[in-house]
Amino acid sequence: MSDVITSRLRPAEAPGEGPPKLAVRDLVKTRRSTSGAVVTAVDHVTFDVRLGEFLCLLGPSGCGKTSILNVLAGLDEPTSGEALLDGRPIAGPGPDRAVLFQEPALFPWLSVAGNVDLALKLTGTPASERPDRIRTWLANVGLEAFADVQPHELSAGMRQRAQLARALATEPEVLLGDEPFGALDAQARELLQDEVQRVWLERGGRKTFVFVTHNVREAALLADRVLVMSAAPGRLLEEVRISAPRPRQLDDVLVARVVSDVHELLMREVERARADGSDRPILPQESDR
Amino acid sequence: MSAVTASDAPKLGLRRLAHEIGPPLAGITGAVAVWAVIAALTTTEGVPSPLETWNAFVAGMADGTIPEATVKTLIRLAFSFALAVAFGTLLGVAFTLNEFARRSLRPLVVALQIVPFVAWVPIAVIWFGATERAVVFVTVVGSFPSVTLATMAAMRQVPPILKRAGRTLGADGWSLYRDVILPAALPGFMAGLQQAWGFAWKALMTAELIIAAAGAIGLGHLLAEEADDMPSLVAVVAVIAVIGVLVDYLVFNRLDRRVRRRRGLLIEG
Repeated sequence: MSDVITSRLRPAEAPGEGPPKLAVRDLVKTRRSTSGAVVTAVDHVTFDVRLGEFLCLLGPSGCGKTSILNVLAGLDEPTSGEALLDGRPIAGPGPDRAVLFQEPALFPWLSVAGNVDLALKLTGTPASERPDRIRTWLANVGLEAFADVQPHELSAGMRQRAQLARALATEPEVLLGDEPFGALDAQARELLQDEVQRVWLERGGRKTFVFVTHNVREAALLADRVLVMSAAPGRLLEEVRISAPRPRQLDDVLVARVVSDVHELLMREVERARADGSDRPILPQESDR
Repeated sequence: MSAVTASDAPKLGLRRLAHEIGPPLAGITGAVAVWAVIAALTTTEGVPSPLETWNAFVAGMADGTIPEATVKTLIRLAFSFALAVAFGTLLGVAFTLNEFARRSLRPLVVALQIVPFVAWVPIAVIWFGATERAVVFVTVVGSFPSVTLATMAAMRQVPPILKRAGRTLGADGWSLYRDVILPAALPGFMAGLQQAWGFAWKALMTAELIIAAAGAIGLGHLLAEEADDMPSLVAVVAVIAVIGVLVDYLVFNRLDRRVRRRRGLLIEG
Protein backbone atom coordinates (compact mmCIF):
# COMPACT_ATOMS: atom_id res chain seq x y z
CA MET A 1 0.00 0.00 0.00
CA SER A 2 1.42 3.36 -0.98
CA ASP A 3 1.55 6.47 1.14
CA VAL A 4 -0.89 8.43 -1.03
CA ILE A 5 -3.79 6.22 -0.25
CA THR A 6 -4.98 4.71 2.95
CA SER A 7 -7.50 1.99 2.92
CA ARG A 8 -9.71 1.00 5.76
CA LEU A 9 -11.75 -2.11 5.74
CA ARG A 10 -14.55 -0.50 7.66
CA PRO A 11 -16.20 2.33 5.80
CA ALA A 12 -17.24 4.73 8.48
CA GLU A 13 -17.93 8.37 9.13
CA ALA A 14 -16.25 10.87 6.94
CA PRO A 15 -13.25 12.64 8.42
CA GLY A 16 -13.50 16.27 9.36
CA GLU A 17 -15.60 18.45 11.56
CA GLY A 18 -19.31 18.77 11.92
CA PRO A 19 -22.21 16.61 10.85
CA PRO A 20 -22.05 14.96 7.43
CA LYS A 21 -23.52 16.76 4.43
CA LEU A 22 -24.98 13.53 3.13
CA ALA A 23 -25.54 10.31 4.99
CA VAL A 24 -26.63 6.91 3.75
CA ARG A 25 -27.83 4.61 6.51
CA ASP A 26 -28.25 0.89 5.98
CA LEU A 27 -29.65 1.55 2.53
CA VAL A 28 -31.36 -1.31 0.72
CA LYS A 29 -32.77 -0.89 -2.75
CA THR A 30 -34.57 -3.69 -4.55
CA ARG A 31 -36.19 -3.59 -7.92
CA ARG A 32 -38.33 -5.89 -9.95
CA SER A 33 -36.67 -7.31 -13.04
CA THR A 34 -38.65 -7.57 -16.27
CA SER A 35 -39.19 -11.25 -15.54
CA GLY A 36 -40.83 -10.29 -12.26
CA ALA A 37 -38.09 -11.48 -9.89
CA VAL A 38 -37.04 -9.19 -7.03
CA VAL A 39 -33.42 -8.15 -7.49
CA THR A 40 -31.39 -6.55 -4.72
CA ALA A 41 -29.49 -3.68 -6.28
CA VAL A 42 -28.08 -2.15 -3.08
CA ASP A 43 -27.51 -4.30 -0.03
CA HIS A 44 -27.25 -2.54 3.36
CA VAL A 45 -24.92 0.26 2.44
CA THR A 46 -23.87 2.88 4.97
CA PHE A 47 -21.59 5.86 4.44
CA ASP A 48 -21.25 9.58 5.10
CA VAL A 49 -20.15 12.40 2.87
CA ARG A 50 -18.50 15.37 4.52
CA LEU A 51 -19.27 18.97 3.50
CA GLY A 52 -16.88 19.95 0.71
CA GLU A 53 -15.77 16.39 0.06
CA PHE A 54 -15.35 14.84 -3.38
CA LEU A 55 -16.51 11.24 -3.10
CA CYS A 56 -16.51 8.60 -5.82
CA LEU A 57 -18.57 5.42 -5.74
CA LEU A 58 -16.55 2.98 -7.78
CA GLY A 59 -17.82 -0.36 -8.94
CA PRO A 60 -18.58 -2.59 -11.88
CA SER A 61 -21.67 -2.00 -14.01
CA GLY A 62 -24.83 -3.13 -12.30
CA CYS A 63 -23.44 -2.83 -8.76
CA GLY A 64 -26.21 -0.49 -7.67
CA LYS A 65 -24.12 2.67 -7.50
CA THR A 66 -26.59 4.52 -9.70
CA SER A 67 -29.41 3.37 -7.43
CA ILE A 68 -27.61 4.98 -4.48
CA LEU A 69 -27.16 8.19 -6.43
CA ASN A 70 -30.83 8.26 -7.43
CA VAL A 71 -31.81 7.95 -3.78
CA LEU A 72 -29.48 10.84 -2.89
CA ALA A 73 -30.97 12.85 -5.75
CA GLY A 74 -34.44 12.13 -4.39
CA LEU A 75 -35.51 10.55 -7.67
CA ASP A 76 -35.95 7.13 -6.02
CA GLU A 77 -36.98 6.07 -2.54
CA PRO A 78 -35.02 3.56 -0.46
CA THR A 79 -36.58 0.13 -0.04
CA SER A 80 -35.29 0.30 3.52
CA GLY A 81 -32.76 2.38 5.37
CA GLU A 82 -32.48 6.09 4.78
CA ALA A 83 -30.61 8.86 3.05
CA LEU A 84 -30.08 12.16 4.82
CA LEU A 85 -29.17 15.62 3.65
CA ASP A 86 -27.90 17.83 6.50
CA GLY A 87 -29.35 15.28 8.88
CA ARG A 88 -32.85 15.36 7.40
CA PRO A 89 -34.34 12.55 5.33
CA ILE A 90 -34.29 13.25 1.60
CA ALA A 91 -37.92 13.58 0.53
CA GLY A 92 -37.54 14.33 -3.16
CA PRO A 93 -35.41 16.04 -5.73
CA GLY A 94 -34.45 19.63 -5.15
CA PRO A 95 -32.26 22.32 -6.62
CA ASP A 96 -29.90 22.02 -3.63
CA ARG A 97 -28.68 18.79 -5.27
CA ALA A 98 -27.84 19.07 -8.96
CA VAL A 99 -27.48 15.91 -11.02
CA LEU A 100 -25.25 15.20 -14.00
CA PHE A 101 -26.84 12.37 -15.92
CA GLN A 102 -24.86 9.98 -18.06
CA GLU A 103 -26.74 11.05 -21.16
CA PRO A 104 -26.76 14.85 -21.10
CA ALA A 105 -30.40 15.50 -20.34
CA LEU A 106 -30.58 18.89 -22.06
CA PHE A 107 -33.98 20.14 -23.15
CA PRO A 108 -33.86 19.89 -26.95
CA TRP A 109 -36.31 22.73 -27.56
CA LEU A 110 -34.09 25.23 -25.73
CA SER A 111 -30.73 26.64 -26.76
CA VAL A 112 -27.69 26.05 -24.57
CA ALA A 113 -28.29 29.41 -22.89
CA GLY A 114 -32.00 28.61 -22.66
CA ASN A 115 -31.25 25.42 -20.76
CA VAL A 116 -29.18 27.30 -18.19
CA ASP A 117 -31.79 30.04 -18.08
CA LEU A 118 -34.57 27.57 -17.27
CA ALA A 119 -32.56 26.14 -14.38
CA LEU A 120 -32.04 29.64 -13.00
CA LYS A 121 -35.70 30.49 -13.52
CA LEU A 122 -36.85 27.34 -11.71
CA THR A 123 -34.71 28.22 -8.70
CA GLY A 124 -36.15 31.72 -8.59
CA THR A 125 -33.20 33.74 -9.86
CA PRO A 126 -34.54 37.19 -10.87
CA ALA A 127 -34.71 37.69 -14.64
CA SER A 128 -32.33 40.65 -14.40
CA GLU A 129 -29.54 38.51 -12.94
CA ARG A 130 -29.90 35.57 -15.28
CA PRO A 131 -28.05 36.83 -18.39
CA ASP A 132 -24.90 37.51 -16.35
CA ARG A 133 -25.05 34.15 -14.60
CA ILE A 134 -25.57 32.37 -17.92
CA ARG A 135 -22.59 34.16 -19.47
CA THR A 136 -20.37 33.39 -16.50
CA TRP A 137 -21.20 29.70 -16.45
CA LEU A 138 -21.01 29.17 -20.18
CA ALA A 139 -17.60 30.86 -20.10
CA ASN A 140 -16.61 28.61 -17.19
CA VAL A 141 -17.16 25.51 -19.32
CA GLY A 142 -15.85 27.07 -22.53
CA LEU A 143 -19.21 27.33 -24.28
CA GLU A 144 -19.59 31.12 -24.42
CA ALA A 145 -19.58 30.99 -28.23
CA PHE A 146 -22.34 28.38 -28.26
CA ALA A 147 -24.97 30.13 -26.16
CA ASP A 148 -27.55 30.31 -28.94
CA VAL A 149 -26.87 26.86 -30.38
CA GLN A 150 -29.38 24.02 -30.01
CA PRO A 151 -28.14 21.00 -28.01
CA HIS A 152 -28.33 18.63 -30.98
CA GLU A 153 -25.75 20.74 -32.80
CA LEU A 154 -23.14 20.14 -30.10
CA SER A 155 -20.66 17.29 -29.77
CA ALA A 156 -21.21 14.79 -26.96
CA GLY A 157 -18.47 16.42 -24.87
CA MET A 158 -19.92 19.88 -25.36
CA ARG A 159 -23.36 18.63 -24.38
CA GLN A 160 -21.94 17.34 -21.13
CA ARG A 161 -20.31 20.71 -20.55
CA ALA A 162 -23.62 22.42 -21.16
CA GLN A 163 -25.19 20.05 -18.65
CA LEU A 164 -22.42 20.89 -16.19
CA ALA A 165 -23.07 24.62 -16.65
CA ARG A 166 -26.81 24.09 -16.19
CA ALA A 167 -26.25 22.00 -13.07
CA LEU A 168 -23.84 24.42 -11.43
CA ALA A 169 -25.36 27.75 -12.46
CA THR A 170 -27.91 27.51 -9.67
CA GLU A 171 -25.06 27.12 -7.14
CA PRO A 172 -26.25 23.82 -5.67
CA GLU A 173 -24.64 22.63 -2.45
CA VAL A 174 -24.26 19.12 -3.79
CA LEU A 175 -23.39 17.87 -7.27
CA LEU A 176 -24.30 14.25 -8.02
CA GLY A 177 -22.74 12.70 -11.12
CA ASP A 178 -24.09 9.47 -12.58
CA GLU A 179 -21.15 8.34 -14.72
CA PRO A 180 -21.45 11.66 -16.51
CA PHE A 181 -18.37 11.10 -18.65
CA GLY A 182 -18.80 7.37 -19.24
CA ALA A 183 -20.02 7.73 -22.80
CA LEU A 184 -17.40 10.26 -23.90
CA ASP A 185 -14.25 9.63 -25.88
CA ALA A 186 -11.01 9.75 -23.87
CA GLN A 187 -10.10 13.28 -24.84
CA ALA A 188 -13.47 14.82 -24.09
CA ARG A 189 -13.56 12.89 -20.83
CA GLU A 190 -10.21 14.29 -19.69
CA LEU A 191 -11.29 17.84 -20.51
CA LEU A 192 -14.49 17.42 -18.53
CA GLN A 193 -12.66 15.83 -15.60
CA ASP A 194 -10.29 18.80 -15.48
CA GLU A 195 -13.27 21.12 -15.63
CA VAL A 196 -15.01 19.39 -12.75
CA GLN A 197 -11.87 19.28 -10.63
CA ARG A 198 -11.26 22.97 -11.25
CA VAL A 199 -14.84 23.96 -10.39
CA TRP A 200 -14.71 21.92 -7.22
CA LEU A 201 -11.33 23.38 -6.20
CA GLU A 202 -12.48 26.94 -6.90
CA ARG A 203 -15.24 26.47 -4.39
CA GLY A 204 -12.88 24.72 -2.03
CA GLY A 205 -14.59 23.15 0.92
CA ARG A 206 -18.07 24.41 0.15
CA LYS A 207 -19.34 22.13 -2.61
CA THR A 208 -19.90 18.46 -2.02
CA PHE A 209 -19.49 16.28 -5.10
CA VAL A 210 -20.53 12.63 -5.29
CA PHE A 211 -19.69 10.88 -8.54
CA VAL A 212 -20.52 7.35 -9.58
CA THR A 213 -18.03 5.74 -11.92
CA HIS A 214 -16.65 2.41 -13.05
CA ASN A 215 -13.46 4.10 -14.14
CA VAL A 216 -10.62 3.67 -11.61
CA ARG A 217 -8.57 6.43 -13.22
CA GLU A 218 -11.46 8.86 -13.00
CA ALA A 219 -11.99 8.06 -9.34
CA ALA A 220 -8.27 8.42 -8.58
CA LEU A 221 -8.11 11.73 -10.40
CA LEU A 222 -11.16 13.32 -8.82
CA ALA A 223 -11.89 11.85 -5.43
CA ASP A 224 -10.81 12.59 -1.87
CA ARG A 225 -12.27 9.27 -1.01
CA VAL A 226 -13.34 6.30 -3.11
CA LEU A 227 -15.91 3.77 -1.94
CA VAL A 228 -15.31 0.55 -3.81
CA MET A 229 -18.44 -1.51 -4.38
CA SER A 230 -18.89 -5.19 -5.13
CA ALA A 231 -20.73 -6.58 -8.11
CA ALA A 232 -24.49 -7.06 -7.67
CA PRO A 233 -25.93 -7.00 -5.13
CA GLY A 234 -24.04 -3.79 -4.40
CA ARG A 235 -22.17 -3.69 -1.10
CA LEU A 236 -19.32 -1.53 0.09
CA LEU A 237 -16.05 -3.42 -0.17
CA GLU A 238 -13.42 -0.90 0.64
CA GLU A 239 -12.81 2.70 1.39
CA VAL A 240 -9.79 4.38 -0.16
CA ARG A 241 -8.64 7.84 0.89
CA ILE A 242 -6.53 9.68 -1.62
CA SER A 243 -4.27 12.41 -0.33
CA ALA A 244 -2.46 13.21 -3.56
CA PRO A 245 -2.16 16.99 -3.97
CA ARG A 246 -4.42 18.92 -6.33
CA PRO A 247 -4.93 19.86 -9.04
CA ARG A 248 -4.17 16.35 -10.18
CA GLN A 249 -3.32 15.15 -13.66
CA LEU A 250 -3.94 11.68 -14.98
CA ASP A 251 -0.23 11.29 -15.73
CA ASP A 252 0.83 12.40 -12.23
CA VAL A 253 3.01 9.71 -10.70
CA LEU A 254 0.90 9.75 -7.56
CA VAL A 255 -2.37 9.38 -9.42
CA ALA A 256 -0.91 6.54 -11.45
CA ARG A 257 0.11 4.84 -8.22
CA VAL A 258 -3.36 5.24 -6.76
CA VAL A 259 -4.82 3.71 -9.88
CA SER A 260 -2.60 0.66 -9.66
CA ASP A 261 -3.18 0.32 -5.92
CA VAL A 262 -6.96 0.50 -6.30
CA HIS A 263 -6.76 -2.05 -9.07
CA GLU A 264 -4.78 -4.28 -6.76
CA LEU A 265 -7.36 -3.79 -4.03
CA LEU A 266 -10.16 -4.69 -6.36
CA MET A 267 -8.36 -7.81 -7.54
CA ARG A 268 -7.68 -8.88 -3.98
CA GLU A 269 -11.36 -8.47 -3.10
CA VAL A 270 -12.34 -10.50 -6.09
CA GLU A 271 -9.90 -13.24 -5.08
CA ARG A 272 -11.20 -13.22 -1.55
CA ALA A 273 -14.78 -13.45 -2.73
CA ARG A 274 -13.79 -16.45 -4.81
CA ALA A 275 -11.90 -18.07 -1.95
CA ASP A 276 -14.95 -17.69 0.27
CA GLY A 277 -16.72 -19.81 -2.26
CA SER A 278 -20.09 -18.36 -1.42
CA ASP A 279 -22.02 -15.19 -1.96
CA ARG A 280 -21.69 -14.49 1.75
CA PRO A 281 -21.18 -10.78 2.23
CA ILE A 282 -17.54 -9.77 2.31
CA LEU A 283 -18.30 -6.58 4.11
CA PRO A 284 -17.04 -6.21 7.65
CA GLN A 285 -20.23 -4.36 8.54
CA GLU A 286 -22.10 -7.43 7.44
CA SER A 287 -20.05 -9.93 9.45
CA ASP A 288 -20.47 -7.74 12.53
CA ARG A 289 -24.12 -8.57 12.63
CA MET B 1 -14.16 33.68 -54.94
CA SER B 2 -16.99 36.15 -54.35
CA ALA B 3 -18.04 35.98 -58.01
CA VAL B 4 -18.48 32.23 -57.74
CA THR B 5 -20.59 32.61 -54.62
CA ALA B 6 -22.73 35.30 -56.18
CA SER B 7 -23.52 33.28 -59.32
CA ASP B 8 -24.09 30.12 -57.30
CA ALA B 9 -26.63 31.52 -54.88
CA PRO B 10 -29.61 32.00 -57.23
CA LYS B 11 -28.92 28.72 -58.98
CA LEU B 12 -29.04 26.93 -55.64
CA GLY B 13 -32.28 28.74 -54.81
CA LEU B 14 -33.88 27.67 -58.08
CA ARG B 15 -32.68 24.12 -57.67
CA ARG B 16 -34.12 24.04 -54.20
CA LEU B 17 -37.44 25.36 -55.45
CA ALA B 18 -37.47 22.76 -58.23
CA HIS B 19 -36.60 20.11 -55.66
CA GLU B 20 -39.44 21.32 -53.45
CA ILE B 21 -42.30 21.65 -55.94
CA GLY B 22 -41.06 19.46 -58.80
CA PRO B 23 -42.42 16.09 -57.62
CA PRO B 24 -45.89 17.34 -56.55
CA LEU B 25 -46.15 19.30 -59.80
CA ALA B 26 -45.30 16.17 -61.79
CA GLY B 27 -47.94 14.21 -59.85
CA ILE B 28 -50.64 16.82 -60.46
CA THR B 29 -49.76 17.13 -64.17
CA GLY B 30 -49.94 13.37 -64.55
CA ALA B 31 -53.30 13.18 -62.80
CA VAL B 32 -54.76 15.96 -64.98
CA ALA B 33 -53.46 14.17 -68.10
CA VAL B 34 -55.12 10.89 -67.07
CA TRP B 35 -58.29 12.83 -66.26
CA ALA B 36 -58.25 14.50 -69.71
CA VAL B 37 -57.94 11.12 -71.44
CA ILE B 38 -60.82 9.62 -69.45
CA ALA B 39 -62.94 12.75 -70.06
CA ALA B 40 -62.32 12.50 -73.81
CA LEU B 41 -63.74 8.97 -73.73
CA THR B 42 -66.95 9.97 -71.91
CA THR B 43 -69.60 12.71 -71.96
CA THR B 44 -69.65 15.91 -69.96
CA GLU B 45 -72.36 14.38 -67.74
CA GLY B 46 -70.04 11.43 -67.06
CA VAL B 47 -66.62 12.98 -66.59
CA PRO B 48 -66.23 16.66 -67.47
CA SER B 49 -62.92 17.57 -69.08
CA PRO B 50 -60.29 19.59 -67.20
CA LEU B 51 -61.07 22.57 -69.45
CA GLU B 52 -64.84 22.40 -68.80
CA THR B 53 -64.11 22.19 -65.10
CA TRP B 54 -61.72 25.12 -65.27
CA ASN B 55 -64.37 27.19 -67.08
CA ALA B 56 -66.93 26.29 -64.42
CA PHE B 57 -64.41 27.30 -61.76
CA VAL B 58 -63.75 30.65 -63.48
CA ALA B 59 -67.50 31.26 -63.77
CA GLY B 60 -67.99 30.36 -60.11
CA MET B 61 -65.21 32.77 -59.15
CA ALA B 62 -66.63 35.51 -61.39
CA ASP B 63 -70.19 35.36 -60.06
CA GLY B 64 -68.88 35.18 -56.50
CA THR B 65 -70.39 31.84 -55.48
CA ILE B 66 -67.05 30.06 -54.88
CA PRO B 67 -65.25 32.92 -53.07
CA GLU B 68 -68.28 33.62 -50.87
CA ALA B 69 -68.77 29.97 -50.00
CA THR B 70 -65.05 29.53 -49.36
CA VAL B 71 -64.92 32.45 -46.92
CA LYS B 72 -68.02 31.22 -45.05
CA THR B 73 -66.59 27.72 -44.88
CA LEU B 74 -63.17 28.84 -43.67
CA ILE B 75 -64.69 30.99 -40.92
CA ARG B 76 -66.75 28.00 -39.78
CA LEU B 77 -63.70 25.81 -39.96
CA ALA B 78 -61.48 28.17 -38.00
CA PHE B 79 -64.07 28.46 -35.26
CA SER B 80 -64.79 24.71 -35.08
CA PHE B 81 -61.12 23.71 -35.27
CA ALA B 82 -60.15 26.15 -32.53
CA LEU B 83 -62.91 24.70 -30.35
CA ALA B 84 -61.82 21.14 -31.14
CA VAL B 85 -58.16 21.89 -30.34
CA ALA B 86 -58.98 23.66 -27.09
CA PHE B 87 -61.37 20.97 -25.89
CA GLY B 88 -59.28 18.08 -27.21
CA THR B 89 -56.08 19.36 -25.61
CA LEU B 90 -57.73 20.01 -22.25
CA LEU B 91 -59.21 16.53 -22.26
CA GLY B 92 -55.88 14.99 -23.27
CA VAL B 93 -54.03 16.77 -20.47
CA ALA B 94 -56.75 15.83 -17.98
CA PHE B 95 -56.50 12.17 -19.03
CA THR B 96 -52.75 12.28 -18.51
CA LEU B 97 -53.11 13.79 -15.05
CA ASN B 98 -55.95 11.61 -13.81
CA GLU B 99 -55.87 7.88 -14.22
CA PHE B 100 -59.52 7.41 -13.37
CA ALA B 101 -60.61 9.97 -15.96
CA ARG B 102 -58.37 8.30 -18.50
CA ARG B 103 -59.55 4.78 -17.85
CA SER B 104 -63.21 5.67 -17.71
CA LEU B 105 -63.42 8.14 -20.61
CA ARG B 106 -60.71 7.12 -23.06
CA PRO B 107 -62.81 4.30 -24.61
CA LEU B 108 -65.55 6.84 -25.32
CA VAL B 109 -63.09 9.14 -27.08
CA VAL B 110 -61.80 6.23 -29.14
CA ALA B 111 -65.42 5.36 -30.00
CA LEU B 112 -66.02 8.94 -31.14
CA GLN B 113 -62.91 8.70 -33.27
CA ILE B 114 -64.22 5.56 -34.93
CA VAL B 115 -67.84 6.61 -35.61
CA PRO B 116 -68.07 8.14 -39.14
CA PHE B 117 -68.80 11.90 -39.13
CA VAL B 118 -71.95 11.43 -41.14
CA ALA B 119 -73.54 9.49 -38.28
CA TRP B 120 -73.52 12.66 -36.16
CA VAL B 121 -75.42 14.71 -38.70
CA PRO B 122 -78.96 13.46 -37.90
CA ILE B 123 -78.24 13.68 -34.17
CA ALA B 124 -76.90 17.22 -34.57
CA VAL B 125 -79.98 18.25 -36.56
CA ILE B 126 -82.33 16.80 -33.94
CA TRP B 127 -80.44 18.60 -31.16
CA PHE B 128 -79.72 21.92 -32.84
CA GLY B 129 -81.95 22.00 -35.93
CA ALA B 130 -80.51 22.84 -39.36
CA THR B 131 -78.30 25.55 -37.88
CA GLU B 132 -74.71 26.72 -37.74
CA ARG B 133 -74.47 25.06 -34.35
CA ALA B 134 -75.27 21.67 -35.85
CA VAL B 135 -72.48 22.10 -38.42
CA VAL B 136 -69.98 23.18 -35.76
CA PHE B 137 -71.01 20.27 -33.53
CA VAL B 138 -70.35 17.68 -36.23
CA THR B 139 -66.97 19.25 -37.03
CA VAL B 140 -65.83 19.44 -33.42
CA VAL B 141 -66.98 15.92 -32.59
CA GLY B 142 -65.29 14.71 -35.76
CA SER B 143 -61.92 16.23 -34.96
CA PHE B 144 -61.34 16.66 -31.22
CA PRO B 145 -60.71 12.93 -30.51
CA SER B 146 -57.56 13.08 -32.67
CA VAL B 147 -56.29 16.00 -30.62
CA THR B 148 -57.05 14.24 -27.33
CA LEU B 149 -55.44 10.94 -28.31
CA ALA B 150 -52.37 12.67 -29.77
CA THR B 151 -51.98 14.87 -26.69
CA MET B 152 -52.04 11.79 -24.44
CA ALA B 153 -49.60 9.86 -26.61
CA ALA B 154 -47.25 12.83 -26.89
CA MET B 155 -47.19 13.41 -23.13
CA ARG B 156 -46.73 9.72 -22.43
CA GLN B 157 -43.77 9.57 -24.78
CA VAL B 158 -41.80 12.37 -23.11
CA PRO B 159 -38.44 10.75 -22.29
CA PRO B 160 -38.30 9.99 -18.52
CA ILE B 161 -34.76 11.40 -18.39
CA LEU B 162 -36.10 14.87 -19.26
CA LYS B 163 -38.69 14.68 -16.50
CA ARG B 164 -36.02 13.56 -14.04
CA ALA B 165 -33.71 16.35 -15.16
CA GLY B 166 -36.54 18.85 -14.74
CA ARG B 167 -37.30 17.61 -11.24
CA THR B 168 -33.67 17.82 -10.13
CA LEU B 169 -33.57 21.39 -11.46
CA GLY B 170 -36.45 22.29 -9.19
CA ALA B 171 -39.46 21.84 -11.46
CA ASP B 172 -42.44 20.31 -9.72
CA GLY B 173 -46.19 20.15 -10.15
CA TRP B 174 -47.31 22.83 -12.57
CA SER B 175 -43.82 24.06 -13.50
CA LEU B 176 -42.80 20.52 -14.47
CA TYR B 177 -45.71 20.53 -16.95
CA ARG B 178 -45.22 24.07 -18.15
CA ASP B 179 -41.45 23.98 -18.55
CA VAL B 180 -40.70 20.34 -19.35
CA ILE B 181 -43.55 17.99 -20.23
CA LEU B 182 -45.65 20.25 -22.45
CA PRO B 183 -42.73 21.59 -24.53
CA ALA B 184 -41.29 18.08 -24.80
CA ALA B 185 -44.65 16.81 -26.05
CA LEU B 186 -45.00 19.49 -28.73
CA PRO B 187 -43.84 17.45 -31.79
CA GLY B 188 -46.31 14.65 -31.07
CA PHE B 189 -49.04 17.17 -30.36
CA MET B 190 -48.39 18.88 -33.71
CA ALA B 191 -48.79 15.56 -35.51
CA GLY B 192 -52.18 15.23 -33.79
CA LEU B 193 -53.20 18.71 -34.94
CA GLN B 194 -52.33 17.85 -38.51
CA GLN B 195 -54.47 14.73 -38.38
CA ALA B 196 -57.29 16.58 -36.62
CA TRP B 197 -57.22 19.24 -39.33
CA GLY B 198 -57.86 16.59 -41.99
CA PHE B 199 -60.76 15.19 -39.97
CA ALA B 200 -62.20 18.64 -39.27
CA TRP B 201 -62.17 19.51 -42.97
CA LYS B 202 -63.89 16.27 -43.94
CA ALA B 203 -66.44 16.50 -41.14
CA LEU B 204 -67.26 20.09 -42.06
CA MET B 205 -67.81 19.19 -45.73
CA THR B 206 -70.06 16.31 -44.69
CA ALA B 207 -72.06 18.52 -42.37
CA GLU B 208 -72.36 21.36 -44.89
CA LEU B 209 -73.42 19.03 -47.65
CA ILE B 210 -76.32 17.69 -45.61
CA ILE B 211 -77.26 20.57 -43.34
CA ALA B 212 -78.36 23.65 -45.22
CA ALA B 213 -77.73 26.19 -42.53
CA ALA B 214 -79.96 29.22 -42.81
CA GLY B 215 -78.41 31.90 -44.99
CA ALA B 216 -74.86 30.59 -44.89
CA ILE B 217 -73.78 28.80 -48.00
CA GLY B 218 -70.44 26.96 -47.73
CA LEU B 219 -68.41 24.81 -50.07
CA GLY B 220 -70.22 21.70 -48.86
CA HIS B 221 -73.57 23.33 -49.67
CA LEU B 222 -72.35 24.07 -53.19
CA LEU B 223 -71.81 20.33 -53.62
CA ALA B 224 -75.52 19.82 -52.97
CA GLU B 225 -76.62 22.76 -55.11
CA GLU B 226 -74.51 22.00 -58.15
CA ALA B 227 -75.57 18.36 -58.29
CA ASP B 228 -77.08 18.85 -61.75
CA ASP B 229 -74.04 20.66 -63.15
CA MET B 230 -71.18 18.21 -63.39
CA PRO B 231 -68.33 20.64 -64.31
CA SER B 232 -69.26 22.99 -61.41
CA LEU B 233 -69.49 20.04 -59.05
CA VAL B 234 -66.02 18.82 -59.96
CA ALA B 235 -64.71 22.40 -59.71
CA VAL B 236 -66.01 22.63 -56.14
CA VAL B 237 -64.51 19.24 -55.24
CA ALA B 238 -61.18 20.48 -56.64
CA VAL B 239 -61.39 23.67 -54.57
CA ILE B 240 -62.07 21.59 -51.44
CA ALA B 241 -59.11 19.36 -52.20
CA VAL B 242 -56.75 22.24 -52.99
CA ILE B 243 -57.64 24.13 -49.80
CA GLY B 244 -57.14 20.96 -47.79
CA VAL B 245 -53.73 20.28 -49.29
CA LEU B 246 -52.57 23.89 -49.06
CA VAL B 247 -53.45 24.24 -45.39
CA ASP B 248 -51.88 20.89 -44.62
CA TYR B 249 -48.70 21.82 -46.43
CA LEU B 250 -48.36 25.53 -45.73
CA VAL B 251 -49.52 25.52 -42.12
CA PHE B 252 -49.11 22.14 -40.48
CA ASN B 253 -46.24 20.70 -42.45
CA ARG B 254 -44.23 23.90 -42.04
CA LEU B 255 -44.93 24.20 -38.33
CA ASP B 256 -44.05 20.55 -37.85
CA ARG B 257 -40.78 20.89 -39.75
CA ARG B 258 -39.86 24.02 -37.85
CA VAL B 259 -40.42 22.38 -34.48
CA ARG B 260 -38.55 19.26 -35.50
CA ARG B 261 -35.64 21.05 -37.10
CA ARG B 262 -35.10 23.10 -33.96
CA ARG B 263 -34.83 19.88 -31.94
CA GLY B 264 -32.60 18.05 -34.38
CA LEU B 265 -35.38 15.59 -35.21
CA LEU B 266 -35.31 16.41 -38.89
CA ILE B 267 -32.57 14.92 -41.03
CA GLU B 268 -32.20 16.79 -44.28
CA GLY B 269 -30.33 15.31 -47.20
